[in-house]
Amino acid sequence: MAIREETRMLLESMGRLFEDLCTKQVVDAAETGVFAAELWQAVSETGLPLAALPESAGGADAEWSDLYAALRVAGRYAAPIPLAETMLAGWIASSAGLDIVDGPMTVGPVRASDRLSLTRDGNGWRLHGTASRLPYASNAEKIVLIVDGPDGEMAVAIDGAAAPAPQSGKNIANESRDTLVFDNFPVADAAPLPPGVSRSALYRRGALARATMMSGALERAMDLAVGYAQERVQFGRPISKFQAVQQNLAVLSEQTAVAVAAANLGIQSLGQGDAEREEFQIAIAKTRVGEAATLACELAHQVHGAIGFTKEYALQLATRRLWSWREEFGSDPEWAAKVGAYFCAKGADRLWPILTGD
Amino acid sequence: MATPMFRFDPVELPPEAIALRGEVRAFIQEHKDSMGFSRGEHDREFSRAMGKKGWIGMTWPKQYGGHERSSFERYVVIEEMLVAGAPLSAHYTGDRQSGPNILRFGTEEQKAFFCPKIAAGELTFCIGMSEPNSGSDVAGTRTRAVKVDGGYRINGSKLWTSNAHNSDYAILFCKMAMTEDEAKDRHAGATQFLLDLKTPGVEIRPVINLLGEHHFNEIFMTDVFVPDRLLLGKEGNGWNQLTSELSFERSAPDRFLVLFQMLQQMLRMAGPNPDKATAVALGKLIAQLATLRSMSVSIAGMLAEGLQPNNESAVVKDLGTRYEQDIPVVARQLFWAEPELEAIDLYASMIARSTMNAPRLSIQGGTREILRGIIARGLGLR
Repeated sequence: MAIREETRMLLESMGRLFEDLCTKQVVDAAETGVFAAELWQAVSETGLPLAALPESAGGADAEWSDLYAALRVAGRYAAPIPLAETMLAGWIASSAGLDIVDGPMTVGPVRASDRLSLTRDGNGWRLHGTASRLPYASNAEKIVLIVDGPDGEMAVAIDGAAAPAPQSGKNIANESRDTLVFDNFPVADAAPLPPGVSRSALYRRGALARATMMSGALERAMDLAVGYAQERVQFGRPISKFQAVQQNLAVLSEQTAVAVAAANLGIQSLGQGDAEREEFQIAIAKTRVGEAATLACELAHQVHGAIGFTKEYALQLATRRLWSWREEFGSDPEWAAKVGAYFCAKGADRLWPILTGD
Repeated sequence: MATPMFRFDPVELPPEAIALRGEVRAFIQEHKDSMGFSRGEHDREFSRAMGKKGWIGMTWPKQYGGHERSSFERYVVIEEMLVAGAPLSAHYTGDRQSGPNILRFGTEEQKAFFCPKIAAGELTFCIGMSEPNSGSDVAGTRTRAVKVDGGYRINGSKLWTSNAHNSDYAILFCKMAMTEDEAKDRHAGATQFLLDLKTPGVEIRPVINLLGEHHFNEIFMTDVFVPDRLLLGKEGNGWNQLTSELSFERSAPDRFLVLFQMLQQMLRMAGPNPDKATAVALGKLIAQLATLRSMSVSIAGMLAEGLQPNNESAVVKDLGTRYEQDIPVVARQLFWAEPELEAIDLYASMIARSTMNAPRLSIQGGTREILRGIIARGLGLR
């Protein structure tokens, strides 16, 4: 999977769009709780949020790998919109044959421990349980959830306007994370899931979305640190001329490269129709990106000194998101435990054959 | 973005490389008794057998004993051999860097003489770079060559020369004798020679390492005569040639696969149902390994495109040595053993070897600090 020409073009055009429309002012405003409607509109007009859907469902049959590559760009610009969530919600709803909307959507559950259940009620359904910390639930026109139905997992789609009032919450990047409690809540739109679409598939693809966005945010943090070190003069010369600073920047760039490579390893597993491989490669991705982010944030701040610790300077847009996203859809220790458990169960002799794809 | 980003494009191995893997594994199975843990044994017979398979000099032109196969196929052979603990030392340096540098800078006669012999597993090379007073600062070499009738007279010494005692030739890095003024340009006069280690005036003495093993040597050269035909490249071009040789050295995947069997042993000890802390620790190591491998395959892809991924190679080497140094640290937190090199308990001997070997990893082939300096230069900081 070398980078395809189409992918490069998509990434360049997304880069330009975010450069123009996802400025620090826009992100700052969104962090006060005002939805970035103009940015969402512009991204939506590119067709990106629903591009993975079949053409018959209003999509473009795009490769998931391209969509994830676009998430890396969104992460680089700290885009305060539910892009990953809308992509995933569209995928689940359209797989189940449910109606979708051409607007912001969200998806859940986003926590492994959340369990929602659906019971029959005449011709309709009743929904029970709590969906914790759904991203942008109060801005979503559709909320798509995977729930336990009477005969297995099902998808439900709820109009945002009709949803129960959320308990609003935020991550430390002030991105909305709203908890919805469903108490015998009436639902009209529910359908069984086709093979390959499941709560665990959503969870890992959400994890990969966060890992990929993190790789973009790390690129931003590194870019800022390298640029700042070349401008900031102390002791009569740019601090980038000091070997101690150079060594920190070298390690920061290594960790950024690791994060991009690890996210790509997860992305490479998509679309091969091998759920087991997808699960462990994404587990590796979220583990490695989370670890890289922890070290890289520390170094990016160290290079910046006090200015990086201010609200005015942009570094914190990247680092607060990294500290948030590394915990979402499973933290690095949680995914590392899955990697370890998977290979221990397979046995030492299978480690190398599995890693090399046999 | 303003900052140069290192390039690790995701790459899938092509079908011909995947197809080769089974053949390599079968060969390893046949030579099971030659495999070991992290020893880097010198075994000419094994190297000749690999040469017969066409697995040395794989990417070189057929004209010079090579096999014109892809960097990906070479990558697969090397990673399988490293994971199995194959004794590669009799041909590895020649295959990895001496042969490629001869192909790049050598005369027609040198290419025709040396490369087929290296590819057959018949000729062992070692690296004549470090000296007592020039380690990281290779340009500070004090070994001097003087032009004489029909060749050069060389005086000086080399240190930390791995496997010199088993080798036939060294690629020797030195400088032409020069005035103090000329020497102000630190790269001036740098020159490489193909030094036959049996030449009169060459003396090799062992330097025993802290494991009590003989890998290192010191090479003394007293009025050693090297004929013109063994000058590699051009007089004065040695620095460029050395940089090229080092980039061949660093782009290999041998910086994170040497302890693979120890990771396997840790999985065995953890059993099929490890507790959470053990699963997390092992999962982190496996995630590091898988990511390093994918970055290394990406480097093989860049080599296949004819690129020189020097920065990317420095990144993978630095991260790879970190990972291999982490393994014994994590191991002792999970499973206790008193380290003993020749212990009957396999794990106790592995933890002994990996612990004692750890300091070497981030020194050989460019120290951690030197590699990070290279990366900083790649970022445009120096």
